Formats: sequence, C-alpha cells, structure tokens
Amino acid sequence: MTTDFFVLLAVFLAALLATVRPLGRYFAWIMEGRPAWKPIAAIEARLLRLCGVDDSEMDWRHYALTLLIFSLIGTLVVYALQRLQVWLPLNPQHFGAVSPDSSFNTAISFVTNTNWQGYAGESTMSYLTQMLGLAVQNFLSAASGIAVAFVLIRAFARHSTQLLGNFWKDMYRITMYALLPISFVLALALVSQGVIQNFSAYQNVTTLEPNSYATPKLDGTGQPIKGTDGQVITETVVVPQQKIAMGPVASQEAIKELGTNGGGFFNANSAHPYENPNALTNFLEMLAVLLIPAALVYTFGYAVGDTRQGWALLAAMVLVFAVAVIFLAAAEHHGNPAMNALGVDQAHTALQSGGNMEGKETRFGIAASVLFDAVTTATSCGAVNSMIDSYTPLGGMVPMALIQLGETIFGGVGSGLTGMLVFALVAVFIGGLMVGRTPEYVGKKVEAFDMKMVSIAVLLMPILVLVGTAFSAVLAAGLAGLANPGAHGFSEMLYSLSSAANNNGSAFAGLSANTPFYNVLLGVAMLLGRFAVIVPILALAGSLAAKRRVPQGGGTMPTHGLLFISLLIGTLLLVGALNFFPAWALGPIVEHLSPLVSH
Amino acid sequence: MKHLRPALSLFLLFTLITGLIYPLAVTGLAQVLFPWQANGSLLAVDGRPVGSALIGQSFTSPGEFWGRPSATSPYPDNAQASSGSNLGPTNPALIDAVKARIAALKAADPDNHAPIPVDLVTASGSGLDPQISLAAAYYQAPRVARARQLPLADVKALIEKTAHRPWLHLFGTPRVNVVELNLALNALGAKHID
Repeated sequence: MTTDFFVLLAVFLAALLATVRPLGRYFAWIMEGRPAWKPIAAIEARLLRLCGVDDSEMDWRHYALTLLIFSLIGTLVVYALQRLQVWLPLNPQHFGAVSPDSSFNTAISFVTNTNWQGYAGESTMSYLTQMLGLAVQNFLSAASGIAVAFVLIRAFARHSTQLLGNFWKDMYRITMYALLPISFVLALALVSQGVIQNFSAYQNVTTLEPNSYATPKLDGTGQPIKGTDGQVITETVVVPQQKIAMGPVASQEAIKELGTNGGGFFNANSAHPYENPNALTNFLEMLAVLLIPAALVYTFGYAVGDTRQGWALLAAMVLVFAVAVIFLAAAEHHGNPAMNALGVDQAHTALQSGGNMEGKETRFGIAASVLFDAVTTATSCGAVNSMIDSYTPLGGMVPMALIQLGETIFGGVGSGLTGMLVFALVAVFIGGLMVGRTPEYVGKKVEAFDMKMVSIAVLLMPILVLVGTAFSAVLAAGLAGLANPGAHGFSEMLYSLSSAANNNGSAFAGLSANTPFYNVLLGVAMLLGRFAVIVPILALAGSLAAKRRVPQGGGTMPTHGLLFISLLIGTLLLVGALNFFPAWALGPIVEHLSPLVSH
Repeated sequence: MKHLRPALSLFLLFTLITGLIYPLAVTGLAQVLFPWQANGSLLAVDGRPVGSALIGQSFTSPGEFWGRPSATSPYPDNAQASSGSNLGPTNPALIDAVKARIAALKAADPDNHAPIPVDLVTASGSGLDPQISLAAAYYQAPRVARARQLPLADVKALIEKTAHRPWLHLFGTPRVNVVELNLALNALGAKHID
C-alpha cells in the first residue's frame, strides 16, 4: 500500500464531505418546492401548466402510477430509437438497427438507472440514439430515483397525511435545477481536459507505424481456405490508418456520472481516454458520482429537523466505504503472483505504479483505478475505468460485495438513501426486539405493515441474484457466455446478476451477455430490481406519512450515536454476508485459494 | 387517463431540453472554447494528422518505444473498438499472453536482463492507452538508442523531457505518452541527419 493512495482517498473524502451540507440544503429547497428567482419560477409555472400538470399533491398510489407510466413511455421510446436508428439522422457511421433482444435489454437498462451494456457503444449506437435515447434516460432515471427519495423523506418529515408530493413537479425541479446545470458545468470542464464533444464522422489518421495483423484467408463463399496440411491459411492485413471514434461524449459523460448511471459512450467506458483523459477528470468524475447520494442523506436529516440523523447514516456509509476500498487497494497493489514467477516487476516505485495492471490504464495506476471502482460500485453508477474481470480474485470480490450490500453505501441517486433508510428500519426493528419495545425511527412507530414492505425491499434482490445465477450456471445458454474458465467464470455470472438486480450496471465484462438468454434474464432482473422495490418503498412511505409523530421518550433508542451506527453497519453486513457468503465461496474465494492448492 | 397528458408532454419537453438543447449547447461552447480538445486532441506533422495525443498506437519496430499491449480486435489499438482483454488473473490464456510479450521484448533486446515493468506486458483497460510508465520507457531506452544509433543519454533526456509526474502526489502516475515520445524521437533523428 502506498502513500499516494491514502493521500488520494483522504483528499477525495474531504472534498466530498465539504459539498454535503450546501448541496444537501439545496436539494431540500428543490424538494420543498419553494419558488425560485422570479423569472425562473415563472418559466416553471408556465411550462408545467402547458404540460397539463395541476399543482395538487399525490398520495403514494398516484405517485407510483405516474412514475410507472412515465418509465414505460421512456422504455418504449428508447426501444424504438434503437430499432429505427438506421432511418434516422445523426448516424454518420450508418449503424443498422439494434437486435430486438438487445434493444429490449438496453431500454430497460437505461430506464432503470442500471446502464448495463450488452453492446459496444462506438460500433452499435448512432449519435442520435445516444443523445435522444440514452442520455435523456440518464437524466430521467436519475430524477425519478431522487423523486422516490423525496417521497420517503417527506413521509418521515410529515405526519397524519396522505399527500407526498407531485411527481411531475419533482421531476421538473430535480432535472432543471440540479441535474442539468451541474452536468453543463461538468461537461465543459471535461472538454477542457480532452473529453471530445462533436458530431463528426470517425476520423482517419495515418499512424506513425502501420499496423498489421493475421487473418484467415477466405474463399469466394466466405469460408476459410485450408492448406494441404489441413491448417487454415492466414494472410497479413496491413492497416496504415487508424480510424478514431468520435461523438458528443462530454455532455453524456457528465450526466452518466452525476446521475449514477454509468453507461459509457464507448465500450471501454471511463477507461477510454476520450471519456476520462487524465487523473483530474478521473477525480471530477468520481466526485460527480458521489455528490448527490451523499447530499441527499443530509437533506433527509435536515427535513426531519435533526441533521444528526443524516450524519449518522453518512458515517455508516463512509466507514464501510473506506474499509472496502483499502482492502481493494491492498489486493491490487499486491499484484498477480503468477507474474512474479515470470520475472515481471510489479513493485510500486517512483517510476511506475506497479501492481496488477492487466485491464488498467497507465495514467490511473492502481490508486485512481481502485478508488474509481469502489466509488462506482458502492453507488449504483457502474462506470469502470479499469476492467474488473481482470482484478485479482479478492480485489474483484470487493466491487461484487459492495453491489450486493443492496447499493446502500451511498448507492444510486435517491435509491441509495431509500435503501439505507430501509436498512435503518431493519436495524431499529432488531434493536427493538432485543429490548422488547415497539421500534421507532425519527418519530415514527415501525409496525407490521411497514416491516412487510421493508422485507420485500430487502429480500427481493438476493432472490433475483441467487436464483438467476443458479439458472445461468445449469443452462447451456448461460454457460456459453463465459470468457474465463473455472471459479472465475462463476464469478462472471454472479457479478452480472448482482449488477442487474441492484441496477448497478458494471460487469465482469468478459461475459458475452449480448445473447437472447442474458439480454432477457438480465432485463427482467433489472426491471424487478428497480420497480418491484420502488413500489413497496412508496407504499411504506404512504404508511409512514399517515402516522402521527411519537414524542421521544425514555425508551426511545437514539438513532444518531455510535451505538446506532454500529448496529446499522452490523445489520447491513450480516444480511449481506448471510445472503452471499456461500456464493462468494464458490467464486472469488475458491479462485483466490486454488493456486495455493495446486502448487 | 388524466395522467397521460402530463406524462407525454413532459416526456417531450425533457427530451427536447436534455436530449437536444443540452448536448447542442455543450457542443457549441466546447467548439468555441476548446476546439482542439473537443475534436479529439489530434496531432499533426506538416499539417497531416498522424494520431491523437490521447489515443495509443501500436509500435513493434525496435527503434520505436512500444506502448501498452492492446486487446482490441481484430488488431491492436483499434480506435473504433475499445476493449480490455477481460482475462481473469488465474486464466492460463493471460499467462500465455504475458509470456509471449516477454519473449518479444527479449528477442528485440537480448542483452537486457532488467526486470520487465508490469505495464509493458499487460493489456490496458481501453486497449487505447497512449501512455506507459517511466519505468517501461527507461527499460526500452537502450534498445531504441541502439536501433536509432543515438547516444543513450540523448534518448534518456528525451524521456525526461516528455515525462509526466504525479502532481502533489495526487493526480496521475509517473508516465510518458508513447505517441508523443516517438514523434519527438523522429524530430531528434531528423536533426541528427542534418
């Protein structure tokens, strides 16, 4: 482990924590619907009226219904854009229609804020599809996640009411006052550092040295020609030019991070130099990912009138995050033992980053790669600046475990806070059982109906992951996609289902997931992982908002102190470990141990 | 049904604002403020584009500095198909690939017995990494100097001149851009011939 990693981690966390209070209060302002500066407020009122939005607040059922209708429209439009892109403008590379199963998967993927990518962006999607389909959903899926968090916050802050806010107004204010302006500034900052932003066709350049490669010689029917010895005859193809992919990348990159979406413009995602050209852009992108999830926790504490409640949840997140990323950094710095045997130098020196560099970029080295990875898997972002499939076994287990904690360590924009609040209810419930009192959380009694909704939200994800992985592991169509043999192949399947059901979207990317089997399986997992959790959470909000506030008594467990933080972390880890430890044992743990056994 | 009108009209509004106006506005400003970056940081020699400062190229001759191995298909450093190898750490295919890269380096420079820097034998994440560590550059310096018949000190000085070091221990790693380094090397060689 190196000082540069610890310095980076410390500076990063300090920068993040400095934004929490101002941004958290700003989101409180957005949530409370208070009027903006007069001309801006006038535009808001006029546009909403024009769109047929009335000013009244909704109960949880109407809120859920409007959210589902809106998401359905989004899914259909993204599907249609991919199928029709061949006839639409802004397609300079003349990409054909995307296959039906891949379009289905990608449409769900972007509407559910997952941004799992079975396709390779630069060879599949037209600029129009990227902009008008995918980037729009980057905004809207993020906004709807934040809207759900607003509802749950209001449920705790209000009492004796059915009314939880207006979905349309929330969507408008979140998008126009938070996501759009921050993205705009971030996009320009990224361009200044080298992220591209244009509508040109792919550029041809004559490289310094011509590239060449061997390929099987084909006959007139496209079959490889075989020599007299039965071997396939190859020919050498010389490529004197490099064709460089272009596009409106920066505008999409900014919201991809800020909305914890994670769907890259290019196949290599944030490892691509045009998405993430240097360590400064890497830092800004990481910060953008965590900005909103961290701020909303403060918004919660602020809205319930006790900011200590928010800081306690944030402390639990930061603690688990720090331990996870330090463990990850240690594993990757240690490198790959097999390389040492070959005389490869993996030491960290003044001249090189060292460590396990397969799948990592030189400009990031180990420190900036693992921090980015932990940030994007603790949240539901799922962007990558290094290939997780090539991480060491224990290193790769960290992002997997962070995802499997239900995206509660910061988590997705909005969904992270709701996930953490659900676990806070589990924690006070367990605490209540221990002392034999009705559990309470920030002035609300937690009763049978609430715990039923909480149970659905907590248990659905592991069921999706484990059952889905089990099916993949026994079906030929599931095994056909594996890129690596043995335990690592099992990890690829387990990771893909965890990523989909938790709406993360990162991958052990060797898995060939652009097949009808995985497109449909992962599509269904993403859909249920998002909406079959959102609806019970909205129902929970409805139940909580209707309750009266109970005054704090002598028997109330304080939920802002060290005791509660420990109980919360314990609950999270216990549920996560109980669900997934057997699966880890079959994947990363056995892979880590196997070289020791065979030597 | 009363929800359908706001749903459709707001969807249209958001699509216009976030899907068209936003990227077009960013493009407009980017093209005015940072045109070189926005168009790909392209490098030109005598007015002819020879590559991008951000996109790696494949080098195999002994007189050039070699970059990170690239797993793009069908040929390395294919800038319209970015990709890593996605080989797991215990996959025999990874070990075989590393062995082949070591063999190629040794064949080009048989007398070099220094340990090989890890980034020179492992594929980058994007397949388009334009940079190598300073260790990887110094490892290759004797071979390049010999092939180009340049003094080793000149080649090392050129590495030092092109090098980037971490800023405040925080941003970046010790590294050098291979495309820029080889371009500088060509310029140096041209001067010698004069």
